[in-house]
Amino acid sequence: MLIPLSWLKDFVEIDVSVEELARRLTLAGLEVEAVRYVGLPMPQGPRHEFKISGLEWPADKFVVAAIHEVRPHPNADRLVLCRLDDGEQEHIVLTGAPSLLPLKGKPLAKPFKVAYAREGARLYNGHAPGWELITLKRAKIRGVVSYSMVCSEKELGISEAMDDIIYLPDDAPVGTPLADYLGDAVFDIALTPNMARNANVLGVARETAAILGKPLRKPSLDVLAEGAPIKGQAAIQITNPDLNPRFMLGLIRDVEIGPSPFWVQMRLKLAGMRPINNIVDATNYVMLETGEPLHAFDYDVLVERAGGKPPTIITRTANPGEKLTTLDGVERTLDDFTVLVCDTAGPLSIAGVMGGEESEVTENTRNVLLEAASWNFINIRRTVQRQKIASEAGYRFSRGVHPAVAEVGLRRGLELMRQWSSGTVAKGFLDAYPKPQHDPEVLLTADDIARILGIRLGLDEIADLLTRLEFACTPEGDALRVQTPPHRLDIGEGIIGKADLAEEVARLYGYDHLPTTRIADELPPQRPNPALAREERLRDALAGLGLREVITYRLTSPEWEARLYPPDARDAAPAESDYVRLVNPIAQERRVLRRSLLASMAEVVVRNSRHSPRQALFEIAPVFLPREGDLLPREPLRLALALTGPRELPHWEGADTAPMDFYDLKGVLEALAAALHLEDVAFRPATHHALHPGKCAEMLVEGEPVGVFGELHPAVAHDLDLDAAPVLLADLDAAVLLSHVPDGHALTPISPFPPVREDLAVVVDETVPAAEVEAVIRKAGGKRLVDVRLFDVYRGEQIGAGKKSLTYHLTYQDPEKTLTDKDAAKIRKRIIKALTRELKAQLRA
Amino acid sequence: MLEALERIQQEALQALAEAQDAEALEAWKVAHLGRKSPLMQVFPQMGSLPPEQRPLVGRRANEVRQALEAAYAERAEALRQQALQQALESERLDITLPGRRPPRGGLHPVTQTHRRIIQIFAEMGFQVVRSREVELDEYNFQLVNIPPHHPAREMQDTFYIDHGGDGEHYPVLLRTHTTAGQIHAMRAATGYTGEGPLPADPPPLRVILPGMVYRYEQITARSEIQFTQVEGLAVGRSITFSDLKGTLTDFARSMFGPTVQTRFRASYFPFTEPSAEMDVECFLCGGKGCNVCKYTGWLEILGCGEVHPTVLRNGGYDPEKYTGFAFGMGPERITMLRHHIEDIRYFWSGDLRFLEQF
Repeated sequence: MLIPLSWLKDFVEIDVSVEELARRLTLAGLEVEAVRYVGLPMPQGPRHEFKISGLEWPADKFVVAAIHEVRPHPNADRLVLCRLDDGEQEHIVLTGAPSLLPLKGKPLAKPFKVAYAREGARLYNGHAPGWELITLKRAKIRGVVSYSMVCSEKELGISEAMDDIIYLPDDAPVGTPLADYLGDAVFDIALTPNMARNANVLGVARETAAILGKPLRKPSLDVLAEGAPIKGQAAIQITNPDLNPRFMLGLIRDVEIGPSPFWVQMRLKLAGMRPINNIVDATNYVMLETGEPLHAFDYDVLVERAGGKPPTIITRTANPGEKLTTLDGVERTLDDFTVLVCDTAGPLSIAGVMGGEESEVTENTRNVLLEAASWNFINIRRTVQRQKIASEAGYRFSRGVHPAVAEVGLRRGLELMRQWSSGTVAKGFLDAYPKPQHDPEVLLTADDIARILGIRLGLDEIADLLTRLEFACTPEGDALRVQTPPHRLDIGEGIIGKADLAEEVARLYGYDHLPTTRIADELPPQRPNPALAREERLRDALAGLGLREVITYRLTSPEWEARLYPPDARDAAPAESDYVRLVNPIAQERRVLRRSLLASMAEVVVRNSRHSPRQALFEIAPVFLPREGDLLPREPLRLALALTGPRELPHWEGADTAPMDFYDLKGVLEALAAALHLEDVAFRPATHHALHPGKCAEMLVEGEPVGVFGELHPAVAHDLDLDAAPVLLADLDAAVLLSHVPDGHALTPISPFPPVREDLAVVVDETVPAAEVEAVIRKAGGKRLVDVRLFDVYRGEQIGAGKKSLTYHLTYQDPEKTLTDKDAAKIRKRIIKALTRELKAQLRA
Repeated sequence: MLEALERIQQEALQALAEAQDAEALEAWKVAHLGRKSPLMQVFPQMGSLPPEQRPLVGRRANEVRQALEAAYAERAEALRQQALQQALESERLDITLPGRRPPRGGLHPVTQTHRRIIQIFAEMGFQVVRSREVELDEYNFQLVNIPPHHPAREMQDTFYIDHGGDGEHYPVLLRTHTTAGQIHAMRAATGYTGEGPLPADPPPLRVILPGMVYRYEQITARSEIQFTQVEGLAVGRSITFSDLKGTLTDFARSMFGPTVQTRFRASYFPFTEPSAEMDVECFLCGGKGCNVCKYTGWLEILGCGEVHPTVLRNGGYDPEKYTGFAFGMGPERITMLRHHIEDIRYFWSGDLRFLEQF
């Protein structure tokens, strides 16, 4: 929303600087995103609270001047020399302004008032694209000295127009600094939806007046109406008052279509609109000023469509398949909810959004029927979204315009058209208002304000603040009866209205002036959150084990997840329908919610592999699994791990740079289990589509499976271009894993008696899993066997084919006595016996 | 005999001075204090001396032995010191050579920021509640005062889930804000199901709702399709806007520095009234203006406000009796400001060159 300062000043006295006003508006919720300076002094220094742009016109460099004579240039046909008076002296100024060329050597009926830039002025280059600043310097152009300039709009930073110079009004005082005469600043205000009432100059002026504590000078609503009454010249028929609560028409005859006054055009340009002609400009000017979008019809076209009779304007929803060609030249097929403004011959415009081509005002229009209406904002919003029309009217009506504003807009529009086009306004309006707007009344007490804001204000203070925003406040016992003014749609009833009014009080009182207190209210019961605490322990444990946490996109594609299947097994991958799917994805590769973390992990590993040879990663995040018969999917929390690359990075004294393998990942899981004090952790061979069938295991805690891990399947690795080193992946159910984390664990007492340590080497069949050997040792060793550590696995001729030798460090210890050699021998014997019996193991000498 | 002892001592001490290492010292000990040494030979000969000389010679011989033993000990210590000095000298390392680094793991920067925020509010009695990411339109929008076609829906472009829906409305979506969890948290505290009379005397509530949210956006350096939020909600019988200011100012000072200034601007959120945005004085330049705060001196940190009466009621709290405040912030933005991160896409990239800087 672009709001020129000069326009605001029509309605409120502003005695603070541009920056101060921008700051106060921003604090009050009208966020000034940027300020564009058009001539007025710009703030200095490195810090400025607002984004600023534009050009300053120093008083000694830019002035109003008068051209008294246009002389030919001795050496150039397309240049002229102007004899110009800048209030101090005469200058000969060189220009190529096309409008001056035909006047060479001819007497001027009256001097032209222009914007004159003196030598040394900094301004925009009017002959180059973009916004390039240049300084006027003395130079010879085709043999004539030039040092100053008659400016175009672009050179002054008013608009992009650079094809001709600006002609100021005839009464512009020569010698006046240009900034005093024409200088302005334009606030670019971002309006939140609740501020829709302020999408116009009057609204911002009302806020400004309230903030500054100044009176608001509203525009006059008088219309000089001297024509025949409108009654009988047109009629209105509303078919759905819910969608069209109010519809008004006014009529102005015998308009002379022409350009609008200079000031009007300036303001339209600064507010971001293009001047067209006095009638169209009046509708736009009134919309920008009051917030009421108007629509001007060519009355004679309507009469013709009505077969020469007075037209009847009908508002109704579109018929199935109904079409209309709008002002932008697009033929549109309309939805059945779209409201149309029609006459008896058919649709004229899309209500509140955009007019139709046929009945628009043209150069030849003589009589204008002016529409000011009120529309259901939700319906307009749907229409705007469906038709994808970005119009100024649609912007406003889709946010809500109070029906009372229609009359303000209509009166203002007719009067301005009359002033600018010499037309004659018909007496009276047509006003169909079948659904009057109810403006809530709220009973507000000082307690209400204290309860919400935490500050006790007197009723008179509250009334003063609200009255500034045109709320009508009447004391009623210990309360105020507060009547919502007829331009606001954002105030609710009852308790909601109280909250709404509390915000208005707070805004004007100043959020920064409200106290800053600590909560005095009762502290809610404090409870532990074991799920979160365990999850954070898991994160810390994994980070402590040297893994980096990643957070990846939860959105992916079925195709990418299918790449975790070997190419010849992708038929088994989940189908599109097995996923939670987006209706409106931003890209095909982010169109479903993931079912697994592994594909996300692989995506990261692939990307990192280009620059990071060693990767150790984990992610804890949900996956999304649709549930039959439920709108919402399951969102189980998963844990994924990935390892790849050298075990250690190279070191000058040597390092274990062999690629990490299955046992590195298993070791991480074992260490993790220890860090979390998990009990009864076991592993068993498993299969998983993404993993090498011989290097894949399932992890169990207390007999419950928590997930699988292993080496990425070579076919999958090859497909992902991850052949360089084995990639180890784990995919665990974090919730199940964490459910086994004990809240506390009991300590094993430290025995004061010395341990006995010995080694034991046994030979078993290759098919016997090491875990089984250890289990037998532990069982047979009993309580006194406190540690079993496998430190060597050997295969070779000495022990025969199909066999392996496992060597263990065994530690025996008793909490209550020193073990004797005899005690140790007894344990050892038990172990050997059990191994021989259960696993046919042989003792290796 | 006495002269012999004098000689023995003289010669031994002389020889000791020449012993330069542990081996020579050991040889000296054997030669001069060993069983076969001249000194030790003196003792067996004592019997052949006249009785009156025996005490004298005996005493003297013992004196010599003690002297030699003392000298030996001293010499041995000196040699040990010397050897240690040599060893220390020769074992000197180039301490500038790189050390052996264990692989360093670490938490994602967003996790770290979440933890800081959560910890600060935990000290003020706010407890973490988490809720689902795929949400019903009802919880994400309608119950937090954003009915269908509300203009505020345009502030949050939504990913809808293909599950029911008529081409214009879809009942399931990816939550656009953690505010969706407010109703869940309130109803868990009040026991309200959304129907029937409001609970008579529900307990107060202070919760923090962290989590991933989603917006229909293009992925650029400044915008992402997923990002995290941390939302806070306090409900009680007298929780005011002034309390909101105080609580959030306390938070800002814990988070950004004990002296930072805060500024509250009027703003709009459908689920709060009055609503505000909190700016924090730029903690990088102290408000003087720098390129991080875009020379404004202020950083936009969070949105907040008093909980809208409709939202309270939908959560099971009677808005005539209860008030509350809520706030929400973006940990990624805070992380970006703190570490001068220019591109939001780093966060979910998993790029180790980024992550290893934390």
